[in-house]
Amino acid sequence: MTIRTDALPTQEMTINMGPQHPSTHGVLRVILTTDGEVVTRAVPDMGYLHRGLEKIGERVTYAQYMPFTDRLDYLAAMNCNCAWAWTVEKLAKIEVPARAEYLRVIVCELNRISSHLIAFGSYTADMGAFTPFLYAIRERERVNDLFEMLCGNRLTYNYARVGGVSGDAPPGFLEKTKEFLDYFEPKLDEYNNLISYNKIFVHRLANVAVIPAEEAVAYGLTGPNLRGSGVPFDLRKDEPYSVYPKFDFKVCVGTGERGTLGDCFDRYMVRINEMRESVKIVRQAVAQIPDGPVRAKVPRLFKPPVGEAYFRSECPRGETGIYLISDGTVNPLRLKIRTGSFVTMNIFEKVTRGLMIADVVAVIGSFDIILPEIDR
Amino acid sequence: MEAQVLFDTLKGKFGDAVVELQGEGCSPAFVVVAPASVQEIARFLRDDPALSFDSLMCLSGVDYKEKFAVAYHLHSMKHRHAIGMKAFLPRETPSLPTVDDVWPAANFHEREAFDLFGIVFEGSKDLRRILLPEDWEGHPLRKDYKYPDFYHGIKV
Amino acid sequence: MSPDPAHGQPPGPGPPPAAPLAHGSAPSPGLGPEAHVMVGNADLFVNWSRKSSLWYLLFATACCGIELMQAGASRYDMDRFGAVFRATPRQSDLMLVAGTITHKMADRVKRLYDQMPEPKYVISMGSCANTGGPFYKDSYCVVKGVDLLIPVDVYIPGCPPRPEALIDGIMSLQKIIMRKKNFGAKA
Ligand code: SF4
Repeated sequence: MTIRTDALPTQEMTINMGPQHPSTHGVLRVILTTDGEVVTRAVPDMGYLHRGLEKIGERVTYAQYMPFTDRLDYLAAMNCNCAWAWTVEKLAKIEVPARAEYLRVIVCELNRISSHLIAFGSYTADMGAFTPFLYAIRERERVNDLFEMLCGNRLTYNYARVGGVSGDAPPGFLEKTKEFLDYFEPKLDEYNNLISYNKIFVHRLANVAVIPAEEAVAYGLTGPNLRGSGVPFDLRKDEPYSVYPKFDFKVCVGTGERGTLGDCFDRYMVRINEMRESVKIVRQAVAQIPDGPVRAKVPRLFKPPVGEAYFRSECPRGETGIYLISDGTVNPLRLKIRTGSFVTMNIFEKVTRGLMIADVVAVIGSFDIILPEIDR
Repeated sequence: MEAQVLFDTLKGKFGDAVVELQGEGCSPAFVVVAPASVQEIARFLRDDPALSFDSLMCLSGVDYKEKFAVAYHLHSMKHRHAIGMKAFLPRETPSLPTVDDVWPAANFHEREAFDLFGIVFEGSKDLRRILLPEDWEGHPLRKDYKYPDFYHGIKV
Repeated sequence: MSPDPAHGQPPGPGPPPAAPLAHGSAPSPGLGPEAHVMVGNADLFVNWSRKSSLWYLLFATACCGIELMQAGASRYDMDRFGAVFRATPRQSDLMLVAGTITHKMADRVKRLYDQMPEPKYVISMGSCANTGGPFYKDSYCVVKGVDLLIPVDVYIPGCPPRPEALIDGIMSLQKIIMRKKNFGAKA
């Protein structure tokens, strides 16, 4: 569409979006410069939730840091818990009992489902359809129930430990998990029938904010945002950690089915399909889980050897990489957390140029950002 | 690719700008380079077909108490290998060239390192505070940072 | 207000009816046997309507915001208490501060509060909004409690508080509202 500028000249406007805004998924602020409805520049302004998690990491011990990782990405707290545990274990070369690894994979994938559910629900709500949000929360509550059974909390689980997990699954947990999976899997088709292929919804997403594959790699996108551009890169497959190699699952990539490869719709669809894969993984893990202890012996005040480790794992919002430096004392010397959302925001200004204001909301939702990951 | 092979390649190409290989206790291993030639080496790492480190996973500032460092974690989508690169900086004047035209992903990381450590990336296209307010004093992730008492009249 | 007796609307905050009209007693002319009449003082009526439509500002800054969202959605359904979320402060009566407030955010909180019309209430949800929570000791940029910025009516402890706790907080606020005196000598 060409916009005539000669007939009726307009002035550029600066519009402030956020930090209190229902569609920015938290306290993101975007400074939009617009020409009428067309965005000429959208500069993200972050830090409204900067809580200094990295500094805190230098002031507490390795075990004490676990609860803070919950707050790093509260929609996927299990994944962050485990990422921290895996990093410290990599640094200190700790062997983890097999049952603990299986439990971790189960909770990580369940959490991926519940996180993608929020992504799905809030995205559709942003696009003007509130009902799917209620459906998504309905399912998410059941995952919360499972986690509550496991560790007593609904949102901030603090379940993993350096060397294992905090406790074995209570009796009935695995059965309940299976029940949930049986209940949940058909629901995905329901979502697709309900909204995914809805004409208006598709029109809002297809061909919006296309990110070509090379650009996605150069800008360091990871997770569903990278796979939405058609790059089949998944750390669970390509840099396997934990017991992921034992499971059979597919890496979902965007296909450009309704528009161009790498548009908002592809990123959305990758998440929907990934939930199905997560269901597969959990099914296999529940079937194969061995008996045994769930925690290796690690002293309370544990001092890893001097060294540096970078461990990355596949979180729902992309790769969470933790760069950990130990100087041999009880506190880390430095701890840097590289998160998917933070890196994704880097490309935001580039992809929003020339879009309509309403599309900016579509872009934010399709990236599935979460603010504590950006601001830490 | 083995870290040692990569180190030898770089050493052969850049000579003294490549200082040492820091492998002990580090995973992945780090190639320590002189800060002034970071950009050149980064470009070589990205463009050389045998290396093609096309993605910058992470860029972090580090405060080693007596000196600063910037650590780069690189990964190659094509060859599926990873390496670290590190440049040590003096505490008094921590500055080095930017790599954001090599990997666009670097920009936000560099802004963060600038914000939290005060490391200056010369030639960066946009170097502003990213997380803290513009008028915040000091760089909190430095080891000698003192927590302020008040900010805008509110107790910290 | 011109009452339509057939629909039994409650009387407005005008002067209360002179004599109590019990349901079923001899109706005065114009009031059919279907009329429902409520008798009380104006305070009761005003407070009752305020407490029953607590529209809250969706001010979710961090983790607690997710619990707030879930409390408003399918299972807990906070709409039952007349509490529905609004995206703008200008339409809300209640500010539910759910999450960590940082120093960068502080003046925005104040501004949002100032934008709300009177009467306004504030619920501080979660340890972060109460005191700074887990970030109290080691963080350099977290405000140690939202009550340093704006007045708070109800504090809900927890990290995060369960939706039940949030609903309990809203009910406590409703009790507070019911005690308020709007009319009379001291108003
Ligand atoms: S109180 Fe706990 S759950 Fe709530 S915002 Fe603070 S850290 Fe998050």
